[in-house]
Amino acid sequence: MFDRQTTRRRLLGAGLALGGLGLAGCASMPTRSLGRVVVVGGGYGGATAARYLRLWSGGKVEVTLVERQAAFVSCPMSNLVLAGWRGIADITRGYEGLTAVGVKVIQGEVTAVDPAARSLRLASGATLAYDRLILSPGVDFITDDIPGLSAALDSGRVVHAWKAGPQTLALRAQLAAMPDGGVFAITIPKIPYRCPPGPYERACVVAAWLKVAKPRAKVLVLDANPEVQSKKALFERAFKDHYTGIIEYRPNNELNEVVTSGAKAVARLEFDDVTADVLNVIPPQRGGDIARSAGLLNMNKRWVGVDWLTMEATAAAGIHVLGDATFAAPAMPKSGHMANQQAKVAAAAILQLLQGQPVNTAPVLANTCYSYVTAQDAVHVASVHQYDAAEKTFKAVPGSGGLSAAANATEGRYAQSWAENIWADTLGV
Amino acid sequence: MSGPPRRPRTTLALLGASVIASPGAWGQDAQLARNLAATCVTCHGGPVRSEMKSLAGMPAAVILARLAEFRSGAAPATVMHQIVKGYSEAQLELIATHYADLPAPR
Repeated sequence: MFDRQTTRRRLLGAGLALGGLGLAGCASMPTRSLGRVVVVGGGYGGATAARYLRLWSGGKVEVTLVERQAAFVSCPMSNLVLAGWRGIADITRGYEGLTAVGVKVIQGEVTAVDPAARSLRLASGATLAYDRLILSPGVDFITDDIPGLSAALDSGRVVHAWKAGPQTLALRAQLAAMPDGGVFAITIPKIPYRCPPGPYERACVVAAWLKVAKPRAKVLVLDANPEVQSKKALFERAFKDHYTGIIEYRPNNELNEVVTSGAKAVARLEFDDVTADVLNVIPPQRGGDIARSAGLLNMNKRWVGVDWLTMEATAAAGIHVLGDATFAAPAMPKSGHMANQQAKVAAAAILQLLQGQPVNTAPVLANTCYSYVTAQDAVHVASVHQYDAAEKTFKAVPGSGGLSAAANATEGRYAQSWAENIWADTLGV
Repeated sequence: MSGPPRRPRTTLALLGASVIASPGAWGQDAQLARNLAATCVTCHGGPVRSEMKSLAGMPAAVILARLAEFRSGAAPATVMHQIVKGYSEAQLELIATHYADLPAPR
């Protein structure tokens, strides 16, 4: 039945088809589920994992996604909402694309995970059983070490806007109400934090808007780190070329305390106090609450250690963790793009594990991240990470990846396309 | 591209037998190709109007030639010249073959 000139690839293709027929011939196969997977968190990681498990299993894995929010609101592109260049609707997508491929989407909150029983409990009181659990919980904030921060955030006087949605709109409203001549201060925590270039993009985008709307206003960037943490030369260039006299960048300025007084907020730093009309605190971060309560934060008590071949947490069998909550491999950013890529590694591995098959031993991750420095111009950083079997981690491939040569309008358009494409890939819409 | 050398029928038959006998081995190339291609589709799976080209249904030789131009610098690029260098030639071939087999977007 094989042509003499059949290539090995064709042969394997034929083998795949035959194998498929063989399985289909098995009486119980067409309707039998390969297993139940519950995904907690419908962001870039969780939504992608849910979708790919359905697509790659041909619908044979039962997938339930539990997400607190009714819709997905993208953190990437959300800085543009602060300037009014996009509306919140432009960065919001529904979960109907997941439902369409057979994901059961539950809007709810997981309150407890029982790894031994392989089940979890929802705030509604319902329980869900799983064969494999995926947590894509994002980050939550460490506010205890900064007196006054919790109260300032809780009261809404200070916003983080580091999770897109109501916080984004609240910061937009505060900026709109700020007097011309006012001071907008952003505090950046020490690395690692979600989206390394995000704070600097925010400074640029807000400054670009202020330049027109409130030309006497200032942007103070109070960075706990010794220097700009991503796309350094490109952001420094933008600060100088476009925002001289508007943006002031201060390295080694760690936030120690927040005090609100009247209409102003004071950021207490090591050597001085900064009084701001709008204080935007990006707090120090750790893996999300559900990862903590499940006992998975085994790296510096902040992040989840994972087996990179499967994304399974090193602290608990059967629980796979994606995205910003993981303890990153070297040079691996906490980004939505990376969470999308990790989700595919997890989906492929879980599919193999549910069938008792060996997992892929040579996974690859790629990352591309765009930041706007003006309304039109963007810059990128890109990287490719191959699994290193000897060191059991991902490593950025030497000589690959890199940065934009300079900010440009072509990449401004690409950044918008990137967003639309990753939303389509992640959510199927 | 030159095709692989001919194999005698007996080898093919044996290979075929082993492929069918061990479900873990069959389709490994296809599965690896699928997984590798999934690293590209984050940007390259979107609508046809997108700035980033959809790769589905594009002939493998066309994809590989384009990637070679990005690698050599012969084709202008904003980011692909940096990304292509993260993959081996064997990986790129698997990716290109995978996309060639997919239906083109409407």
